[in-house]
Amino acid sequence: MHIPDGFVTAPLAATGAAVAVAGLAVCTRQAGKQSTERQVPLAGLAAAFFLVLQAPIIPISVGTSGHLLGGTLAVALLGPWFGPVVITVVTVVQTLFTGAGGLSVLGVNLVNLALVPAVVGYPVLLGLRRLLAGVRGCGTHAGTAIACGVAASVSVVTASVLFTAEYAVGGAAGVPLRTVAVSTIGVYAVVAVFEGIVTALVIRALLALRADLVQVAPEHQDTEQAP
Amino acid sequence: MSAHDPGAELLIPADTPVHRLAPQCKVAATFLFVLAVALTPGGVFWPYAWYLVLVAVVAAVAQLPPLMLLRRLVVEVPFLLFVLALPFLGEPPDVDVLGLGLSVVGLQAATAIALKATFGLLATGVLAATTPLPEIIAGLERLRVPPLFTAVAGFMVRYTEVLLSELGRLRTARACRGGDTRWLWQARDIAGTVGALFVRSFERGERVALAMASRGYTGTMPDALSGTAAGRQAWAGALAVPLLAALATVGAVVL
Repeated sequence: MHIPDGFVTAPLAATGAAVAVAGLAVCTRQAGKQSTERQVPLAGLAAAFFLVLQAPIIPISVGTSGHLLGGTLAVALLGPWFGPVVITVVTVVQTLFTGAGGLSVLGVNLVNLALVPAVVGYPVLLGLRRLLAGVRGCGTHAGTAIACGVAASVSVVTASVLFTAEYAVGGAAGVPLRTVAVSTIGVYAVVAVFEGIVTALVIRALLALRADLVQVAPEHQDTEQAP
Repeated sequence: MSAHDPGAELLIPADTPVHRLAPQCKVAATFLFVLAVALTPGGVFWPYAWYLVLVAVVAAVAQLPPLMLLRRLVVEVPFLLFVLALPFLGEPPDVDVLGLGLSVVGLQAATAIALKATFGLLATGVLAATTPLPEIIAGLERLRVPPLFTAVAGFMVRYTEVLLSELGRLRTARACRGGDTRWLWQARDIAGTVGALFVRSFERGERVALAMASRGYTGTMPDALSGTAAGRQAWAGALAVPLLAALATVGAVVL
């Protein structure tokens, strides 16, 4: 999902950068308003956590390809403002120090990886949680976990569709659009299922262990707002 | 040396002008250099020779062994595997290579992507070899990166090593119990590992936060830790490198 240099045209990269800067400015301001002194170290540890999980040297995922993207997990754990900030820091470090994705298209990558989970995943998560809370036989914890999982899948699929749309507008790698669309959305449909399952299971485990660490835990319901 | 000394394995201590340069100048120069390389238009390959000369000169001034810089390139391999597909998926015209019909456009795109990623790594490799990570963070602060990002990045680089070893212990424990995460139906094992790692990291984060609060942390690091302003000479010396690189980039666009 990390787009490399030269894969899209310059105007698209510039547009992506502008959108990413604007979105992150909003996140930074809101996060600054809400932050308590314990939240910044927690966000930093979360960033280290995602960096470790995404390190390609650790075969933690299915087979050898694909790893946890974690955007929706970050939003579910840290809220819609801190989540994108954490994913941004991780993505910038990956871009500069591991060659994942290009610096000139960093903005586009940040929109797909950091902002989509907050803008698309988070409302889906909140809506589903409310919906599932009314379902009988589906406890609040299980309902929240399922909502997180589905939101994670939706975010990944949205990001892959968005990437295809971006390529349609400003693709420059000389690969036909249909090939890109089929391979990207096809691969990420599988990734989305895995991402959804793992996100749901992680949230379920955390709600049982330390519900206070999960921003979208049922207790927080009234204080949350969609971005 | 402390138990976790981030970036120490990348650092090659020496006393050279590159090592002594203010970190904010080095960070800005690295960023602009990588950007200049990234903006090289497609289908042109001579600027990369010029970029290589620039990196080699800086590495020579900093007395870095070339082998060490090259060894760092291994990390890009997983990210570059997909470029192998581009020559097969690209649009015609095709060129015949060893009986395989490869797309010319796809080949050019794949080569450019691999080269740009490689130069990105070479440049950040020089930066990491001459600048300790805490200084890089301090340099970012001096470059007016919002404190929220530098604070998060600071914690991240300091704790990545700790979490990696934590993950290693968890995986050993899992292997001892017969766990083997390879297939989709073993997602439960992965989720358990991830959950445990997360709880452990966050509990560590809570302890760190308490310790920092008790030492008077209020959200920003003391000014003494963010270094001093760099002189005009330092800036001129550092920015000469990306400027020279940009000349080639602009040249490639114009010609």
